[in-house]
Amino acid sequence: MSFTILGTGSALPGHIVTNEDLSCMVDTSDEWIRSRTGINQRRVCSGESLTDLAYQAALLALEDSCCGADELDLIICATVSADYVMPSLACVLQARLGAHCPAFDVNAACTGFLYGLDIAAGYFARNPQQKILLVGADAMSRLVDWQERSTCVLFGDGAGAVVLGLGNDLLAIQLSAQGDIEPLYVPNSWGNSPFHQTKESQQKPYLVMDGQEVFRFAVTSMVQTVEQVLHRAGVSKEEIAYLLPHQANIRIIDAAVNRLKLPREKCLTNIALRGNTSAACVAVLLDEQNRVGRFQKGDLLVLTAFGGGLTTGACILRWNK
Amino acid sequence: MSTLDKVVEILAEAKDLKADKITEASTWEELGLDSLDTVELVMNMEDAFGISLEMTEDMKSVGDVVKAIEAAK
Repeated sequence: MSFTILGTGSALPGHIVTNEDLSCMVDTSDEWIRSRTGINQRRVCSGESLTDLAYQAALLALEDSCCGADELDLIICATVSADYVMPSLACVLQARLGAHCPAFDVNAACTGFLYGLDIAAGYFARNPQQKILLVGADAMSRLVDWQERSTCVLFGDGAGAVVLGLGNDLLAIQLSAQGDIEPLYVPNSWGNSPFHQTKESQQKPYLVMDGQEVFRFAVTSMVQTVEQVLHRAGVSKEEIAYLLPHQANIRIIDAAVNRLKLPREKCLTNIALRGNTSAACVAVLLDEQNRVGRFQKGDLLVLTAFGGGLTTGACILRWNK
Repeated sequence: MSTLDKVVEILAEAKDLKADKITEASTWEELGLDSLDTVELVMNMEDAFGISLEMTEDMKSVGDVVKAIEAAK
């Protein structure tokens, strides 16, 4: 037994930052950003905290699942940008929801939601009769350097959630990690200790990315992990209804889809309006497509993501709502 | 088919360029390719030639890629 998706939810900040807005802040242009990333605009937190977004996404997922917060047996949040280093976003969310179950965060960067699904599958293997809330939430606007034109244009903020319950609709899941800091990292804050003398303690706490390296890793790993889960589940590419890939760059998605030889119309995207919302990407996309009625009962969905770590993951889910 | 001819063929097909306009001296800039195009190109070359290529700052033209492929063979 694995689980089934009982319901989905998502939430985005109200403030829209367009490419034109960014071209007033750093040396860039709408044409440059669109052609290199496929992003037109992104939502960025102004009055909202990440907890607010996670809470709103969780409420909608609970409502879509006809599940009360007090029925939850576990809350997992995938995030790298929680409002607090401690307590975890999951604990802060648990309090806001009025739930009483264990709660913890997972850090697998943009792959966090996939890592969360795999962890949840482990819990369901131990006890199939339970309900788990999994939230992918990130406010990358807090971690990017808004003076660095090559990275600040890429990201947005958001939260996506699913409630998982009794079922057997995770056909296969594959995670990987290839420990490597340099291609993509955000140094932690070192506080004001007068004793730290390491190289790391001198770094600014902003995101650093080697775009070419990440592109290469992303395309290769997405193709590999998707092919692995297809093979493991004994599912052919033709049987896949939709691919929901991590939304980092439309050109990564296009290159991976080409290599996978999947029809482009099977690949769902929202990057143009959302940008890269890190751990929230796949969960937000899943919810948006659920709410427009995209999925039919029985559809096989491939979810895939990659991110800092370097981490990657893919899974095949049967839509059963 | 020479390595150069094959590189030109792959490049022309992947980026919708005219093969007869591409020479060994053509730079990425002249061909209108940006940094992500060049990574994708290198990945396509790796697949086509069954080799592994290191991306370097010095790789700026068709001739540079041909040299790297010859060295990796």
